[in-house]
Amino acid sequence: MLGAIAFSLCKWGLIVFVLSGYEYFLVFLIICSLIPVLALTLASFLRPNREGAARRTTYESGMEPIGAAWIQFNIRYYMFALVFVIFDVETVFLYPWAVAFNQLGLLAFIEALIFIAILVVGLVYAWRKGALEWS
Amino acid sequence: MSQGIDLQSSFVQLLVQLGLPPGAAKALWMPLPMTLILIAATVSIFVTVWLERKISAAAQQRIGPEYAGPLGTLQAAADGIKLLFKEDIVPAKADALLFTLGPAIVVIPVFLSYLIVPFGQNMVITDIGVGIFLWIALSSITPIGLLMSGYSSNNKYSLLGGLRAAAQSISYELPLALSVLAVVMMSNSLSTIDIVQQQSGYGILGWNVWRQPVGFLIFWIAALAECERLPFDLPEAEEELVAGYQTEYTGMKFGLFYVGSYVNLVLSSLIFAILYLGGWDFPIPIDWVAGALGVSETTPWLQVVFAALGIMMTVLKAYLLVFLAVLLRWTVPRVRIDQLLDLGWKFLLPVSLVNLLLTAALKITFPIAFGG
Repeated sequence: MLGAIAFSLCKWGLIVFVLSGYEYFLVFLIICSLIPVLALTLASFLRPNREGAARRTTYESGMEPIGAAWIQFNIRYYMFALVFVIFDVETVFLYPWAVAFNQLGLLAFIEALIFIAILVVGLVYAWRKGALEWS
Repeated sequence: MSQGIDLQSSFVQLLVQLGLPPGAAKALWMPLPMTLILIAATVSIFVTVWLERKISAAAQQRIGPEYAGPLGTLQAAADGIKLLFKEDIVPAKADALLFTLGPAIVVIPVFLSYLIVPFGQNMVITDIGVGIFLWIALSSITPIGLLMSGYSSNNKYSLLGGLRAAAQSISYELPLALSVLAVVMMSNSLSTIDIVQQQSGYGILGWNVWRQPVGFLIFWIAALAECERLPFDLPEAEEELVAGYQTEYTGMKFGLFYVGSYVNLVLSSLIFAILYLGGWDFPIPIDWVAGALGVSETTPWLQVVFAALGIMMTVLKAYLLVFLAVLLRWTVPRVRIDQLLDLGWKFLLPVSLVNLLLTAALKITFPIAFGG
């Protein structure tokens, strides 16, 4: 079990170390992950710990909580999330285009123009259909 | 363009001369800048909280904190220590695992983003190729933590706050990423070092603010919304949602949200300074200063002075923006959720798309002025 974990860690480590500079990312990730762990552990030694049913009730403006919050209800921004996914993917596609824009020249500009135009048509459609309304 | 001082290679060389293998020397170097940055980031929380309270007080003609330490400078530290001693309450109906994981997921990516923040030519933890893109990727992890803590609290206010945080953050991520894209296009690189270098050489006139007048406004508005600063602090709007996703949190877990939000504010200001205000670059080109002093740019003591001034310059620019954010907090009223989404989707998104295409068109027409 431990051996398998060590092996997979080494394999992942090798992948990371092939790209120069990314070993810092891994180390920094570990150090940063320690921040909340350390903060909460330190607090657990210092803080009082009292039990009581009343203090563990859910807060609802001083009233007895009515029902749970885990119910089915209309999350209004479902449509926003859909439109977001489309445009976020678009942005990711545009990043390499922008970085290499110097070498690509006019043709790539026209291509990106067409690409964005297609997505803008989508945005206009979503707008007209009322997908971007909160109410 | 001088190379500037390179502490890492000097350090590694020194250790290699002492007889260590290069790999071990590099491994010894690694934690140094990271610890330094994390300490600086932690200190920046105290500074920012103190500044925010003092500036808010001045804006409202109050005195603000004054008892803890000289001029109340230790007030934030006192509050932090108080939070350490507070009881940690997990509501009986809550999902305990997600409840604890939420604040951690909010804090980790914010600190992790300091990986790519440069304070000088070689003063960055690592100059990786994806650079600024890493920040954009990491900044979209934070709302997952907010959603997690909002859902796991099993409280109606928390749930609504968490959902709002997610809606807000996805709406403003697009204008943010697109305005960064325009800068990336001008510098032909995602690396933060390259982005600053592309702006240097002409002093204040070379900075991206002049070439991206629309872009920097979009970035600033979107960054404020991502940080949940006051014109856009709907997820924790205290008048309607008690405290949003933080409602059920106490003690250090509550503190972690605050740490996350203040570090995020400083981080966004730093990124703004790097993208649009020339990072560590001086308002007057340094070769002019060196020329006026009558010394070569590569003189060792001058390089040390310039490196130190460069760090100060970056921090100064960032804190100018923090000051602006605090002033905005007391001058702009909070928007409604539908106004917020309208601003993001129906105004900032089309404008940032146009800004991007305009930058591309200008780059083709005037390649010299736009980093061709």
